[in-house]
Amino acid sequence: MADRPKPGRSPLWLVLTLVYGFLYIPIAVLVALSFNEGGLPTVWSGFSLKWYGSLAANSEILSAALNTLIVALVSTAIATLLGTLLALGIEMRRRHGRALEALIFAPMIIPDIVLAIALLSFFSMLNITMGLHTIVLAHVVFNLAFVCSVVRARLKSFDWSIVEASSDLGASATTTFRRVTLPVILPAVIAGALLAFTLSVDEFIIAYFTAGAGRASTTLPMQIYSMIRFGITPEINALATIVMAVSIAALTLSQRLNRTVAP
Amino acid sequence: MAPALAWLAALMVVPCGLVLALAFFRRGIYGGIEYTFTLENFGLAFDPLYAGIFLNSARIAGTATLIAVVIGYAAAYAIAAAPRRLQPVFLFFAVLPFWSNYLIRTYAWIVLLNREGLLTQLLRWFGYEGEPPSLLYTEGAVITGLVYNYLPFVILACYAPLARLNPELGEASRDLGASAMTTFRRVILPLTLPGIAAGAVFVFVLSIGNFVTPALLGGGRFQMIGNLVYDQFLTANDWPFGAALSMALIAIMMLLLTVQAMAAERASGRARTAEGDAAHG
Repeated sequence: MADRPKPGRSPLWLVLTLVYGFLYIPIAVLVALSFNEGGLPTVWSGFSLKWYGSLAANSEILSAALNTLIVALVSTAIATLLGTLLALGIEMRRRHGRALEALIFAPMIIPDIVLAIALLSFFSMLNITMGLHTIVLAHVVFNLAFVCSVVRARLKSFDWSIVEASSDLGASATTTFRRVTLPVILPAVIAGALLAFTLSVDEFIIAYFTAGAGRASTTLPMQIYSMIRFGITPEINALATIVMAVSIAALTLSQRLNRTVAP
Repeated sequence: MAPALAWLAALMVVPCGLVLALAFFRRGIYGGIEYTFTLENFGLAFDPLYAGIFLNSARIAGTATLIAVVIGYAAAYAIAAAPRRLQPVFLFFAVLPFWSNYLIRTYAWIVLLNREGLLTQLLRWFGYEGEPPSLLYTEGAVITGLVYNYLPFVILACYAPLARLNPELGEASRDLGASAMTTFRRVILPLTLPGIAAGAVFVFVLSIGNFVTPALLGGGRFQMIGNLVYDQFLTANDWPFGAALSMALIAIMMLLLTVQAMAAERASGRARTAEGDAAHG
């Protein structure tokens, strides 16, 4: 940068303080209130975990959480496998068209609502009964794109000559992948999987449109949406805190893994 | 490679193609789809009722974009000017909220803005008496929610070109007698315009296609194109019109991204010229 200011007496530090305040105060208030015994948003009546306790006793929330976990785990597993293979396929060839790039980039930039209604139309025209399985099918679409981009970033600095060396030394393609390629890309694969898991856990719009009728396939974000529309309750604060903690933990881990692979 | 591409083809390309096709069909009498070609779904957008919603949502999204860009650029500038070892940390914490649940981030503002919320309480501490002001369910609340949710995105988009900026350019400009303001306006801003444009395009498109924030923070009183799409598919049952609206959304995005790409092209040309000048001059 042209003018690096002296820390401490620059208006730039004021900007940073204000921006981070704006970003984190709403979340901090929410988290603090989830531990507020009385449950009132404006009166602090003591630290308590009772709202977390009442979550654990709410069977609707528990079943929604289970659904979310199923969708996230299955879609992450499929997306990690497909996305990694896709990344390997693209980077091994080196030469590829712009159409392919666009196809892989599209799921990351297409507005959720458009993909949501497209899949809804598609599933209902084919008379496919919607439920958790259709949410999984939908989540894999964007998850595999994200996994692919994380793994590709790692492969950019991958030295393909060691793969050749391995096969020259008589290793089979499977052995080469297992003993050479995989160990190198594994941190990126795990980072991609963690990212996919978080995206899936948090995804609301596409799940909402592809879940079909009935409560059986309600996911946690759908449950949160209907609770929020009903009003503010201390339970939502507690639930929100847990969901945020899970995504932030997964992402921090993902980021850390990514940093160790990409110097 | 093939399974992944097949998955994308079957569950993204085909469904999106289907929506594109749907947009040209007619709505059936009982809400179904009549397979006759028509352009009237696109014409409906010019119906005064819908045109009003379009303009309104463009205005709300435009305001949110403008505010997000100003705050986001200032933040990105400050991060890029911070000591180099702190920059990744600042950036990480700027983006972290973006990866947490959208609904929860929006809900956090309901907690702050509602009549019995913290902001009302704050006003009371400062001696305000009488009816609590209605902060929630206003246009301001919707805009605040949009800015809050998409700000990290702008920070990220603006940071990249700011961090890449060659410090010699600013020095050269000042050596030639330009004030700090002129240097910013004539050198730094034009070179970082592509980042600003990229951030702005996404904030605008995501805002105009949003239905969650207007529903939760606007109390359903402010309709965006996203709400209109939502209604056509889940309540009004006019899928062809909903499809036309989504295609309009994609068209807006493509158009803006093309403009952004052109701006990026021009800026990179300008950067090369400027670097050359700085090196020789």
